[in-house]
Amino acid sequence: MMPRPLVMFAALLLVGGMGQPGGPSGLLALLGIGGVLLCLRAWPAPALAGIGLAALALMAWAMLLALSVPGPRGADANGLWLALGGWAIFVWCVLDRLALLQRPRPLGLLAPALLGAALLFAWEVLVVGWEVPRVLLPAPHAVGDALAARWHVLWPDFRQTAVAVLAGWAIGSGAGLAVALLADRVDFLRRGLLPLAGLAGAVPIVGIAPIMVMWFGFDWQSKAAVAAVVTFFPMLVNTLAGLAAVDTMQRDLMRTYAAGHGATLMKLRMPSALPFVFNALKINSTLALISAIVAEFFGSPIVGLGFRISAEVARMNVDVVWAAITLAALAGSAFYGLIALVERAFTFWHPSYRSS
Amino acid sequence: MSPPAESLAVQAQDLSLVFQTADAPVTALDRINLSIARGEFVSFIGPSGCGKTTLMRVIADLERATAGRISVNGVSPQQARQARAYGYVFQAAALYPWRNVLNNVMLPLEIIGLPAAERRARAERQLELVGLEGFERKFPWQLSGGMQQRVSIARALACEPDMLLMDEPFGALDEITRDHLNEQLLRLWERTGKTVIFVTHSISEAVFLSNRIVVMSPRPGRILELIDNDLPPGRTLDVRETPAFAAVAHRVRVALRAGHSYDG
Amino acid sequence: MTAEASAALAGPLPGGRWQAAGSRAWPVAVVVAVGLLVWYAAAVWLNAPRVIERLDGLGQPWGAPELVAAAWSMERPVMPAPHQIALDWWGSVFGNAIDSPRSLVFHAGVTLSATLLGFVFGMLLGVALAVGVVSSRVLDRGLLPWVIASQTIPILAIAPMVVVVLGSLGYPPLISKAVISMYLCFFPVTIGMVKGLRSPETLQLDLLRTYSATPSQTLRKLRLPAALPFLFASARVAIATSLVGAIVGELPTGAAAGLGARLLSGSYFGQTIQIWSALLMAALLGVTLVAAVGVLERLVGRWMGSAPAAPGRGR
Repeated sequence: MMPRPLVMFAALLLVGGMGQPGGPSGLLALLGIGGVLLCLRAWPAPALAGIGLAALALMAWAMLLALSVPGPRGADANGLWLALGGWAIFVWCVLDRLALLQRPRPLGLLAPALLGAALLFAWEVLVVGWEVPRVLLPAPHAVGDALAARWHVLWPDFRQTAVAVLAGWAIGSGAGLAVALLADRVDFLRRGLLPLAGLAGAVPIVGIAPIMVMWFGFDWQSKAAVAAVVTFFPMLVNTLAGLAAVDTMQRDLMRTYAAGHGATLMKLRMPSALPFVFNALKINSTLALISAIVAEFFGSPIVGLGFRISAEVARMNVDVVWAAITLAALAGSAFYGLIALVERAFTFWHPSYRSS
Repeated sequence: MSPPAESLAVQAQDLSLVFQTADAPVTALDRINLSIARGEFVSFIGPSGCGKTTLMRVIADLERATAGRISVNGVSPQQARQARAYGYVFQAAALYPWRNVLNNVMLPLEIIGLPAAERRARAERQLELVGLEGFERKFPWQLSGGMQQRVSIARALACEPDMLLMDEPFGALDEITRDHLNEQLLRLWERTGKTVIFVTHSISEAVFLSNRIVVMSPRPGRILELIDNDLPPGRTLDVRETPAFAAVAHRVRVALRAGHSYDG
Repeated sequence: MTAEASAALAGPLPGGRWQAAGSRAWPVAVVVAVGLLVWYAAAVWLNAPRVIERLDGLGQPWGAPELVAAAWSMERPVMPAPHQIALDWWGSVFGNAIDSPRSLVFHAGVTLSATLLGFVFGMLLGVALAVGVVSSRVLDRGLLPWVIASQTIPILAIAPMVVVVLGSLGYPPLISKAVISMYLCFFPVTIGMVKGLRSPETLQLDLLRTYSATPSQTLRKLRLPAALPFLFASARVAIATSLVGAIVGELPTGAAAGLGARLLSGSYFGQTIQIWSALLMAALLGVTLVAAVGVLERLVGRWMGSAPAAPGRGR
C-alpha cells in the first residue's frame, strides 16, 4: 500500500493547484481526488481500478480544460504545475494498485497502458504549458494533426517501406533457415560458418546500404537487400542453436527407433528448435524495419518512410517527421505482435507460456 | 550344453568397454559374461557408476564395446536396433511437450511408417495396457510424473518389441507411486511375456520384480554374482514382508558388500 | 554417433589445446577461402560490362587474361576486388597522418568516441532501469512492457530528429550521436540485467531473509554479483549496437567526420572502393570492441574467482 503521507501530499498539491493561476477547475479536481482515494482502499476488486482510472482521467481533463483557454503559461502557471505534480503521484498510487492485477490477462495490460497514457498526457501538458517551440518538440495533438493532414503522403511512404521490409525479412530469414539446415547436415560447414556468423553480429552491416543502392538501384529492392543481409545472420545462429539444443536422451530415443536423419529432424529437432526460430523471426522483424529505413537515408526515390524523415528534417517540418516516426513505430509493434501471436500458436507447449 | 544363441535374448562373452580419456583409460565394463533367455525379467543392480547403465546401452547399441562379443536375439546389437527388437525406457519420461499423450505413443509407429488407422489402434491398446485410457488428449505437463512415465512405457511397447530395456525408470518418483508402478509393471510382464532388462539401485525393487538378479561391482564393472530369484510368480506387494523375500535381499546385499570398496 | 558419444564422455582431445584450436580454425579458414574465391569471380562478372566497353575502345585484341586483370583493377568498379579494398585501407590507415581527414583512423576515432560515450551512458541507463524494475513492482508491471515495446520501434528513424534538435540546442554532434547510441544499447542491457538480477535461486534469497538483510543489501551482496555474467553478455551486444548507432547518427546531417560520413561521401561521389574500405574499418572496429568486452569479462571473471571455461568439444 502506498504510504499515507504521500497520498496526503498529493492531494494537497492538487488542491493547492486548484486555486492558483492556470490551475484546473475546482469541482473536477475534487471529484478526481475522491475517486482516487476510493480506489486506494485495500479491496482487491478490479472495479476499483476502473474507478481510479476514471478519476485520473477526470483530473486530466480538468487540466486540459485549463490549458485550452488562453491564460498564464510557463513559470506563471503555478496552479497547473502543482496540479500536475499531485496528479503524477496519484498515477503512481493507482499504478501500484494495478500492478497487483494479473488475471484475466487483459487486466494485466492496464498498468503499462496507464503509464503510457500518463506519459503522453504529461508530454502534452508540458509542451503546451511551457510553450515549447514546435521545431523542438511538438505536442502529441500536433503530431496527430500532421498524421491526419499528410496521410496522403505518408501512406505511400509506408507502403514503399513495408514492401522492402517484408521482402527483406522473408528472404533473409528464409535463407538463414535453409543454410542452417544445410550446415546442420554438413558438420564441416557448421564449424566454418558459425564463428563467422557470430562475428557478423559485431559488424555494422547496415553500412552496406550504399553498395546495395549501387547494385539494385534506388527503389525498394536495394532496401530489401540490406534487410535480407541483416536478417540472415540472426536466423542462422538461432536456428543452429535451436537444432543443437536437443536433449541427449531424446536423441538416444530416436536412435533406439533406428530413425534416419530426416525423421529425427522433422519429428524432434525442428519442433524443438521452433522457439529459437521464432525468437529470431521477432528480432528480425525489428532489424528489417530499421535496416530498410536506414537504407532509405542513403538514397531513395521520392517515397519511403526513411526518405520522408530525412527530407522533412532538412525542411524542419518536425511534426511530419514525428508523424512518420509514429507510423513506423506502430507498424513495427504490429509486425512484432503478429509474429508473437503466431509463435504462441506454434509453441504453446513451451514452459515459458505456463505460469510457474 | 548352453542353448543356441538365437533362442537367447542377450548373450555376452568377455564383453569389455574402455573409455579413452585425457588422464587415463577408464574401464567401464570388464569381461562381462552373461546369458539372458527370452521371457526373463532380469535386474542389473550395483552402486552408482558400476556400469549397469553402460551394459544396457551396449545391448541397445547406444555404446559400442571395445572387446568381447555380444549378440542380441542372435544378431549384432546394431542389427537388433535396426530391426527394432527392443523398447527403451529412460530415467525421465522424455515425452514431447508439443504432442499429446496419444501422439507421443504413436511417435515410433510414425517412424516405422505404419498407416494412420493402425497407429491409432496400437497406441490406444498400449495406453490401455498401462491403465491410461481416457488420457489420450492430455499434454505431458498436465500429467503427474508417474503418469508420464507410464506413457513412456506405453511408447516403448508401441512397436511391440520382444524386449524392454528400462534404465531406472522409477528412480525419480516417490515411493508410493513407485510401489504402484512396480506392481503394474509386473502384471504387464506376466501378461505379455516380454524379456525385460531393468537397471536399478534399489535392492527391494530388484528382488520384487525380477526372476534373475545380476549384481555388479563398482568400476571396473564386473559381474559379482548372478542370483536366481525363486520367489513364486504372481507376486503382490505383500511378498516383501515374507522371510523368503528377506533371504533373497540378504543374498543381494552380501554380494554387493563383498564387491564394494569405499576408496576410489 | 556412438564414437562421438564416447569421445564426449572421454573428455578433451589428446594433443592439448593447440590441436583443438587448429581443428576449430580449419573449417573457418576453408569457408573464408571459398568466400574470397567467389568474391574474385563475382568481381569479374559484375565489372565485365564496363571493362569490355573500355577494352573494345582501345582497339587492341584482348582475351580472358586482359579481362580479368582489368576487372580487378578498375578505378570505380561496381564490385572491387578484395586486394583493391585491402590496399586502399592500408594506404588510408598508414599513409596518412592520424589527424588527417584522409585517414580512416581519424574517422574511426570520431565514430569510436561517440560509440564509447553512448555505450557508457547506455550501460548506466540500462543498469539503473533494471535495478528499478527489480525493486519496484510498479516499474516492473508498468515500465518493462514499454521497454520491450521500444525495441519494436525503429529507433534509428528518430536519429535525424535527435541530431537536429540537439544541434539546434547547441550540443555538439558527438552528444547527439552518443544519445542515439545510448538509446540503441540500453535495451539489451536492461533485459539482460533484469534476468541476471532475478537469477539467484530461491534458497539463496531465503538465506538472506534469515539474516534479515534489507533489499538494498540483498541487491549489493547477491543480485548484482550474480548478474555480472548477464551484464557482460548484454554488453557485447550493446557495444556492437552502439557502433551502429554512432554510424547512423552521422548520416542525416551529412557530417564531415566519422565512418558513417565516409560511407555517405563515398556513395555521393561513386567512390566504391572508399565505401568498401570504410566498411572494412567499421567491421574491424566492431570486432575489436566486442573482443575487448570479452577480454574484460574474462579479467573480471578471474578476479571474482569464477571457474575458467573447460576446454572440450565445441562450445
